[in-house]
Amino acid sequence: MNWGSAGEFFAMGGYGLYVWGSFGVTAAALLIEVVLVRQRFSAVRRSLRRELAADRDTQD
Amino acid sequence: MSQRLVNWFKFASPASFYPLAGKMWPWFAAIGTVLAAAGLWISFFVAPTDFQQGEGYRIIFIHVPASWMSMFIYCVMAFWAAIGITFNTRLSGMMSSALAPTGALFAFLSLWTGALWGKPMWGAWWVWDARLTSELILFFLYIGYIALTAAIDDPRRADKAGAIISLVGVVNVPIIYFSVKWWNTLHQGASVSLTKAPSMAATMLWGMLIMALAFWMYSIAIALYRVRAIILERERHTAWVAELPEMQR
Repeated sequence: MNWGSAGEFFAMGGYGLYVWGSFGVTAAALLIEVVLVRQRFSAVRRSLRRELAADRDTQD
Repeated sequence: MSQRLVNWFKFASPASFYPLAGKMWPWFAAIGTVLAAAGLWISFFVAPTDFQQGEGYRIIFIHVPASWMSMFIYCVMAFWAAIGITFNTRLSGMMSSALAPTGALFAFLSLWTGALWGKPMWGAWWVWDARLTSELILFFLYIGYIALTAAIDDPRRADKAGAIISLVGVVNVPIIYFSVKWWNTLHQGASVSLTKAPSMAATMLWGMLIMALAFWMYSIAIALYRVRAIILERERHTAWVAELPEMQR
């Protein structure tokens, strides 16, 4: 184990800004990508369902 | 042999690839999550402090995997571009455009984490070094691909134009890889090589390789998810889309 305390862990031996800036932005970027892709998928599914429902209604 | 070829071409049809991708992505996402947890544990709790760079070197655990992914995804895009131009398959262009945003993201993360590593170790966020400059060009190639394909209304024509930019741009990937050998760079040489023993502690190497595998799994999962959205967008007026169970009331 490298760390004596939580404070030491977050300080990263004085490189805290650089290390957490790297890991934090990477984690945030991947999370944002997941959210955007899910939104893109549900948007097209929603519009397709609406379109198909409208088609069925006009056929009835 | 011909039997296998037929099977492969079956999945080149969006109608059969769409459900397959839907079945596959959760597995890749799950494996990626487990690997990321293991990789992060090694990165912070197992790998020792570096004798020269202290704790600052821990950026390597995302910097190197992100850089590898940015180069590898571009090669995969070039592969799909070649397939698309040769066989004129619709799915190839969809795969390329599903990969491009993730590749651009990893190229950005490579530059970002590199800047945050360069500042404390070299004293500069950025230098016009061959390695950094060629990676920046890779990022611009991704942006160029996305902008070009978005600017052309007809998706099939957009795929063709995108395929050309992927195939021409792929020459940049070996330039990035060998830049540290061909030019005198501030950036250090390759940490991992196939021909000689790695120049780092075994736990550091394992952490890096596991994080790289986690990024691989993530990239596959997100590209499969995105390609499903792209397939629906492009095939919206087909009968098979109308018959999908998720499109019913």
